[in-house]
Amino acid sequence: MLMLALLLQAATPAGEEPVAPYAVSNANAGATPFAGDRVWTSFGGEAGTRRVVERFVELNLADPRIGDIFKGQDLVRLRRVLFEQFCYLLGGNCAYSGRDMKAAHTDLGIQQADMNALVDNLQRAMSAEGVPFTAQNRLLAKLAPMRSQVVER
Amino acid sequence: MIVRGLGVCAALACALAPPAIAGPMRHGGKLLLTGGATGIEGSAGGGLATWALIGGNETDAGIGLGAHATEVMLDDYGFRSFGAKLGLFDRLELSVARQRFDTKAAGAALGLGRGFTFGQDIYGAKLRVAGDAVYDTLPQIALGVQHKRARRDAVIAAVGGARASGTDYLLSVSRIVLDRSLVLGATARATRANQFGLLGFGGDRRTGYSVQFEGSAGALVTRRLLVGAELRTRPNNLRFAREDDAWDLFAAWTPQRNLTVTAAYVDLGSIAARPGQQGLYLSAQLGF
Repeated sequence: MLMLALLLQAATPAGEEPVAPYAVSNANAGATPFAGDRVWTSFGGEAGTRRVVERFVELNLADPRIGDIFKGQDLVRLRRVLFEQFCYLLGGNCAYSGRDMKAAHTDLGIQQADMNALVDNLQRAMSAEGVPFTAQNRLLAKLAPMRSQVVER
Repeated sequence: MIVRGLGVCAALACALAPPAIAGPMRHGGKLLLTGGATGIEGSAGGGLATWALIGGNETDAGIGLGAHATEVMLDDYGFRSFGAKLGLFDRLELSVARQRFDTKAAGAALGLGRGFTFGQDIYGAKLRVAGDAVYDTLPQIALGVQHKRARRDAVIAAVGGARASGTDYLLSVSRIVLDRSLVLGATARATRANQFGLLGFGGDRRTGYSVQFEGSAGALVTRRLLVGAELRTRPNNLRFAREDDAWDLFAAWTPQRNLTVTAAYVDLGSIAARPGQQGLYLSAQLGF
């Protein structure tokens, strides 16, 4: 039992706040990754995907519709796990170490309009990076079914 | 009847009660293009085809508005439609539209007089009963009703039309297939309408209802531009003139959130014994 607890409770990465222990699994990413690296390449690989995540987070923070939801969140951790999730789903061979979508969004009070604003910002971030529209939609297709775990009211 | 009426009301009220009723109302917030363009009957759709989408810019936490104006320039005729719709909590759509059909020079040849116009008013309601076009595994499914009241009762009777008013019942399914950047839609319409209802309802060839099909398929080129095709089958109830299936090739563009412009090449087939009526379809929609 002690061993299991130790495995579950990975050390808090530098600059991040500790979170309650949870079982780490790629299944927490909420969808299965693309086979092959075509979508990953059209996102510009690691460098491109990191820029998409960075811009996406910045757009959300500056967005009057949903910016408040991000206030008080651990943005260091958010950037890290968001990159891991995108990298994992896009076929970039990353492991996802974050929580599942339900746990990660608990008590944030996210509404349908917030999720739509989030999609809007992600589309802007991907377009700014020059990700082809069809590749953008392939990622959105992975994320869309997560609505039921994200939207609370 | 009373019990049945109450049952419907209860179901409606139940469907209308948004999960966000306790929270504040929010304005707007729908994804681009997911309020659709406007069908010729005033409900959210592509043009000829009705979609299962609810018009307006609202989500489940708000009330949206839409208004449209449509002009179709056919070889021998002119067709115009304008109207408004209300989208309640992305659940119920109420719409009203007025259509005007100008026979132009052909009116004289038909013995009606040059520039004789047909027309009708359409009152529609559409309820999203299941699914979601974007997010759910289940596609968006909606039930609709359109009550149509045509003018020109005397002419409608003279050409063999049975009634001047009628009600269509619709079952629509819409799906945005993100993985393929496609927008697909299908509608089954139980109707008696002759030429959409402009020539009345039921006729001397067939009086009763028939189930007609409306299909649409479009490719998302950007998140603001949808290009596609639509097909709509039609009843052919009148002896005096054949009614054909209709189709179009369309482009719907949302230059900004509140405006959607649709341009199409449309073929309505034979109308009042004038074959091959084709032309340009232009529609503008404001959405809030």
